[in-house]
Amino acid sequence: MNSFKDLFESHSWDDVKESIYSKTKNDVENALHTSRRTLEDFKALISPAAVAYLEPMAQISQKLTQKRFGKTIQLYIPLYLSNECTNICTYCGFSLDNKVRRKTLSDEEILREVAVIKNLGYDHVLLVTGEANQTVHVEYFQRVLKLIRPFFSQVSMEVQPLDTEEYTALIPLGLTSVLIYQETYHKEDYKKHHPKGKKSNFNYRLETPDRLGRAGIHKMGLGVLIGLEDWRTDSFFTALHVNYLEKTYWQTRYSLSFPRLRPFSGGLEPKVEMNDRELVQLICAYRLFNEEVEISLSTRESEKFRDHCVQLGITSISAGSKTNPGGYAVEPESLEQFEISDERSPEVIAEMIRSKGYEPVWKDWDKVIC
Amino acid sequence: MLKIADKEFSSRLFTGTGKFNSSKLMEEALVASGSELVTVALRRVNMGDQDDNILLHLNHPKINLLPNTSGVRTAKEAVFAAQLAREALETNWLKLEIHPDPKYLIPDPIETLLATEELAKLGFVILPYIHADPVLCKRLENAGASAVMPLGSPIGSNKGLKTIDFLEIIIEQSNVPVIVDAGIGSPSDAAKAMEIGADAVLVNTAIAVAGNPVQMAIAFKMAVEAGRMAYHARLAKQGNYAIASSPLTAFLDE
Repeated sequence: MNSFKDLFESHSWDDVKESIYSKTKNDVENALHTSRRTLEDFKALISPAAVAYLEPMAQISQKLTQKRFGKTIQLYIPLYLSNECTNICTYCGFSLDNKVRRKTLSDEEILREVAVIKNLGYDHVLLVTGEANQTVHVEYFQRVLKLIRPFFSQVSMEVQPLDTEEYTALIPLGLTSVLIYQETYHKEDYKKHHPKGKKSNFNYRLETPDRLGRAGIHKMGLGVLIGLEDWRTDSFFTALHVNYLEKTYWQTRYSLSFPRLRPFSGGLEPKVEMNDRELVQLICAYRLFNEEVEISLSTRESEKFRDHCVQLGITSISAGSKTNPGGYAVEPESLEQFEISDERSPEVIAEMIRSKGYEPVWKDWDKVIC
Repeated sequence: MLKIADKEFSSRLFTGTGKFNSSKLMEEALVASGSELVTVALRRVNMGDQDDNILLHLNHPKINLLPNTSGVRTAKEAVFAAQLAREALETNWLKLEIHPDPKYLIPDPIETLLATEELAKLGFVILPYIHADPVLCKRLENAGASAVMPLGSPIGSNKGLKTIDFLEIIIEQSNVPVIVDAGIGSPSDAAKAMEIGADAVLVNTAIAVAGNPVQMAIAFKMAVEAGRMAYHARLAKQGNYAIASSPLTAFLDE
């Protein structure tokens, strides 16, 4: 069966990297002056040569985003169900070798967390787990979806990669969106950061969006963890991946996220630093390349940075997030997956969004059409 | 090199065989065009006649025949015509065209999709002629079409690329070759189609009814090559911008 793997393997990491770093001002100006941008234009826009063009990129990004999405920003919130995990990931607080107390929420505990989230104003939710296939498996997800579906218009998931048949079984229960981040497209580096567990299988992860597409998911989210490898090259591969998926699974919507590595207890120092200017460049470059893709920004980022990014090309923003299972009501003091930077409440964030002339939106679609 | 199904083409100019004032002139023009895929209306071929006039004039090593179903009005008729064509012309390639509307010859999207599904099962290499409808193109691709042939403007109208915005979307999204068919009235139209990334164009009327069809065939050949080269060379972009202040990104300097 065809998958992204064939296209991926026809690109060499080193060649792509060299091509991005050799882009000139002329390439950037050409990319700014066209309306239908190619992957080569995208390379120019994320290249060091484009840093000098940040303001015009931001201006175009703002216009394109408003043209497609209007003056709205969607709010989202994660619900961590479990921190059990059989993977070792060098950058993650839930890694198997990290000594934290493990917990998977019971039905009663989930409902207590849901009550808090509903009370904050949310009408959709993102379910998050580690990877523990013995306890947090498809049957568990089926049970949780049935349990919480009545409370939300949409339910999204950021859990371990599943098989096509498993996704097919979850979609009718109200699963509308799945986030699956490759972390890095650098195959050798990926192996270093994922030495143990099912996640160490690079190709299985790489082909997850294909399995989601075949299952007919409504929306999927892609991204890499910024800090593991050269962010420019990783971002090119993300763009290549989305481009392929849009052509192949053309009835699905796509979203992007680019989390920057955040500290956690005993955690990894980023190999590659990305500053705020470069993150703005990346957001704008994606928007100029793809007018339809949704772009989200999490509470990993600082207050000031998020406040400004609302107008720059993003379409959704999290608020009030807790990254520990039970963090909203059951066990607020347990250890987090990563440290939150922006700790303002959803209501304060919503007010900030309004003050910028945008409308906060608390759900994706109405329940009747999901 | 352009590849459709299992066949490679060095020329991206496909041609038709209708409307020439003689078969001999048709042959000269098509040879001059360098075209390697030539569509023939089934109704113009005399079945079972080894000396059929039009086929004799198309008997060149580089020319592949692409029978078309022009004249049929439904999927059912198209499937029947396709089977006849396969037998008569000994090729499983087919330009699928179904137009129930005899006035403008606008293709029927529903019958075309149904026929594509059916013909794919029968092992045909199907090139459906359709309106420049991006969703229909994806549906046909999923149904097993080997290429799609969206129209630039109504067939025979010589009006050029009236559907260009939709052609651009189709080209961006397609996983099979996109051949712009119908409406291409001049070499500059053909060049434009190639510049926006079409894989090939199909031209008939503009060559056949030109003052000098042989010269016009050569002009189209050159235009298609120039347009393709321009697409690869990546056109310089138009436009200008001038922004004095930095209202959106000034916070990064604070």
